[in-house]
Amino acid sequence: MSVLDSKIPEGPLAEKWTNHKNNINLVNPANKRNIDIIVIGTGLAGGSAAATLAELGYNVKTFCYQDSPRRAHSIAAQGGINASKNYQGDGDSDYRLFYDTVKGGDYRSREGNVYRLAEVSGNIIDQCVAQGVPFAREYGGYLDNRSFGGVLVSRTFYAKGQTGQQLLLGAYAAMNRQINRGKIKAYNRHEMMDVVLVGGKARGIIARNMVTGEIERHSGHAVVLASGGYGNVFYLSTNAMGSNVMAAWRAHRRGAYFANPCYTQIHPTCIPVSGDHQSKLTLMSESLRNDGRIWVPKKKEDAEKISKGELKPTQLKEEDRDYYLERRYPAFGNLVPRDVASRAAKERCDAGFGVNKTGQAVFLDFGSAFERYGKEKAYTSGHKDPSKEEILKLGKEVVEAKYGNLFQMYEKITAQNPYETPMMIYPAVHYTMGGLWVDYNLQTTIPGCYSAGEANFSDHGANRLGASALMQGLADGYFVLPYTIGDYLSKDIRTGAIPTDSPEFDAAEKDVTDRINKLMNAGGNHSVDTYHKKLGKIMWDKCGMSRNAEGLKEAIKEIAELREDFWKNVKVPGTADSKNAELEKAGRVADFLELGELFAKDALHREESCGGHFREEYQTEEGEALRDDENFKYVAAWEFAGNPSDAILHKEDLVFKNIELKTRSYK
Amino acid sequence: MKLTLKIWRQKNAEAKGKFVDYQIDGVDGDMSFLEMLDVLNEQLVAKGEDTVEFDHDCREGICGSCSLQINGEPHGPEKLVATCQLHMRSFKDGDTIVIEPFRAKAFPVIKDLVVDRSSFDRIQQSWGYISVNTSGNTIDANTIPVEKEKADASFNAATCIGCGACVAACKNASAMLFTSAKVSQYALLPQGRVEATERVKAMVRQMDEEGFGNCTNTGACEIECPKGISLENIARMNREFLSATTKS
Repeated sequence: MSVLDSKIPEGPLAEKWTNHKNNINLVNPANKRNIDIIVIGTGLAGGSAAATLAELGYNVKTFCYQDSPRRAHSIAAQGGINASKNYQGDGDSDYRLFYDTVKGGDYRSREGNVYRLAEVSGNIIDQCVAQGVPFAREYGGYLDNRSFGGVLVSRTFYAKGQTGQQLLLGAYAAMNRQINRGKIKAYNRHEMMDVVLVGGKARGIIARNMVTGEIERHSGHAVVLASGGYGNVFYLSTNAMGSNVMAAWRAHRRGAYFANPCYTQIHPTCIPVSGDHQSKLTLMSESLRNDGRIWVPKKKEDAEKISKGELKPTQLKEEDRDYYLERRYPAFGNLVPRDVASRAAKERCDAGFGVNKTGQAVFLDFGSAFERYGKEKAYTSGHKDPSKEEILKLGKEVVEAKYGNLFQMYEKITAQNPYETPMMIYPAVHYTMGGLWVDYNLQTTIPGCYSAGEANFSDHGANRLGASALMQGLADGYFVLPYTIGDYLSKDIRTGAIPTDSPEFDAAEKDVTDRINKLMNAGGNHSVDTYHKKLGKIMWDKCGMSRNAEGLKEAIKEIAELREDFWKNVKVPGTADSKNAELEKAGRVADFLELGELFAKDALHREESCGGHFREEYQTEEGEALRDDENFKYVAAWEFAGNPSDAILHKEDLVFKNIELKTRSYK
Repeated sequence: MKLTLKIWRQKNAEAKGKFVDYQIDGVDGDMSFLEMLDVLNEQLVAKGEDTVEFDHDCREGICGSCSLQINGEPHGPEKLVATCQLHMRSFKDGDTIVIEPFRAKAFPVIKDLVVDRSSFDRIQQSWGYISVNTSGNTIDANTIPVEKEKADASFNAATCIGCGACVAACKNASAMLFTSAKVSQYALLPQGRVEATERVKAMVRQMDEEGFGNCTNTGACEIECPKGISLENIARMNREFLSATTKS
């Protein structure tokens, strides 16, 4: 019998959230003024939660490691945000959004949570428009939509390629309004180092002021962790340089279960690694796959010549090219889901067909699009017999109008003109579906410790669909947490302010300073980045796009060894009592070195392939993912027990009452 | 390529800073400017010296963390890019590169190349928002149509990343481009018009209190802005401000 209680309300799917809201306890406005809430992270989830909780009357303290809440990495989201508004009249509904999300997640998410997400999605758009978020509009003045991968309706709202930026600035503005009222106190350039438990409940945090190095105590009646994902465990990812798992991992060590750590999304269209100096990767919007065709040479010798620059890709004849997605998946072709496209690229490159100097790149070619659009354009503008050059010129103009900004970004980074030579792309780590286990109320297994947004595991199952991360972050922060946290805090109205001079705070602070001293005094010879890069390589090679038992066992061993070496031989210059970027990185990498091992352990135990988790042993004859619903239809929630290798598995069975489990096929 | 870097080193806000010369070899044209600094810092760690501190995060030109005055220009020589998107192919073997923090009274240096831009936050806190509750119980998003042209102009203003290049570029260290972009985003939308009068007054007041200089229409801000925020926004803010002050 599992100790995990998801607390999904009873009743029909569509009525669960409404009934739940009607039945939970509220805190009266006068009492809210006596309750303090700590929010870690100021991205879409943390920023929106902080603003709403403060507006309700709670005293909120926010913490972010950046110099301003506005810089949280939600800002980099490009594509859009889903909502079941059905403005296009194309048959969308809450149920369809719910269905697509559960299916997209390869049936590894909770029906109750996902339905609630779909249910509140429309309100998010209302809210953001009222806040002055400048979404794209049509000439009639109404909101525009576009479609995204894997769905049959147009439900994605967007603001050019900067949707995340505009939504985050909206949440930041809402925060600013509360800061101006004195209801939010923002601690920027602060890093949460630990969560403090008093009487088994989360009652505060220990934070480090990153400017002065001072260790601070902050108390609250509840703590919300909205600290994002852990993609940087791979070293190279599309995450921001500072994105880290520290807040979530520290909570895990104090009793919060960590769910499905092995579910990672590897996005197929990123700009490839250019050399050892590479510090991060840049995503190219998935929308490019609408018109770009992905290929590698059919012959290895051609691939080698291209890599060495002896042959130009444009010189290779059509019959010498392998459009491998079109070959393997004739029905969906270049528009297969992210996990499938990523694995196929890796397969070709591993087989020796990669096309750049590192051997880890495939072409995304717009040649056919230039021709197709060019012909059409020439025809509609009266040129019934256009020359080849004319077609190409017109075609490039059409493509520029559609993807101009992306082509420009590509050229800035690579110094190659994608109108003249095909783009080169390769998959990169982009998002982590796993995270802190939370119940329906977004509470972790530590009472009073909540988690929202990418930091929790809740809504995306084993694979996230495009344009749904922004939706989840804002749903959690604006609409879910402000209700559910009140139910918990209603029992705290007589508690009064939480003192920070208790033995629990003393002990937690001592743990933090001991750890910092240990890092500062390791006295080794190797930089933090050396370890981070080594960890990243293990993760990428053995826990990346495809995994097998042997590799995962090796990874577990290698990560444990690397961690031991890190604590003995890392070198952190400078002092702890001043701004020290190396020390900041060291603390984060130390946690990644623990999480990485749990990640591999989780991947090893899950003997099936689902969504972003592909185990080579569990595939069909055609090389497709083979799910095992009989044995693995559960959430794997890990309890900390000293070392990652000792973590204890708890299973939350996933119950599907409204959706029939099916195998995804894209052939 | 081989480069000489002249980097501003300053221990903390109170300490006196100075330029320190560093030699760096093996710089690849495909490296970003910040990756070049990463390489330098790895060398400093190996020698047990303090690394050069600089703000950075997303490294894809959108978070606005990175700054740096490179050879006298905010974000360096290329147009429409932030420092994180500047690549070393923009320099050549043997170059000397001068790297300083953004300089302005309202952006005090914290350490080395890191400055305190919380003055920007305070300008936004003063009224850089629409006063709507976040309950979601507003009106349907499509109730009020917004002219596409205005929505697009509002979006263009809203793409400001708050990096502070406009201030660093301005001989008066004026924050007019930054402030006007926010004022414009809201002023152009029907939802933002309701409080437009009070907003522009509050934001301009805060901008002045922070110690930013005035605008003398030099236009350096627009040229150096990595997002191409237009001077039209300043003109719009001036109009908004004038009409707001005559109303009261």
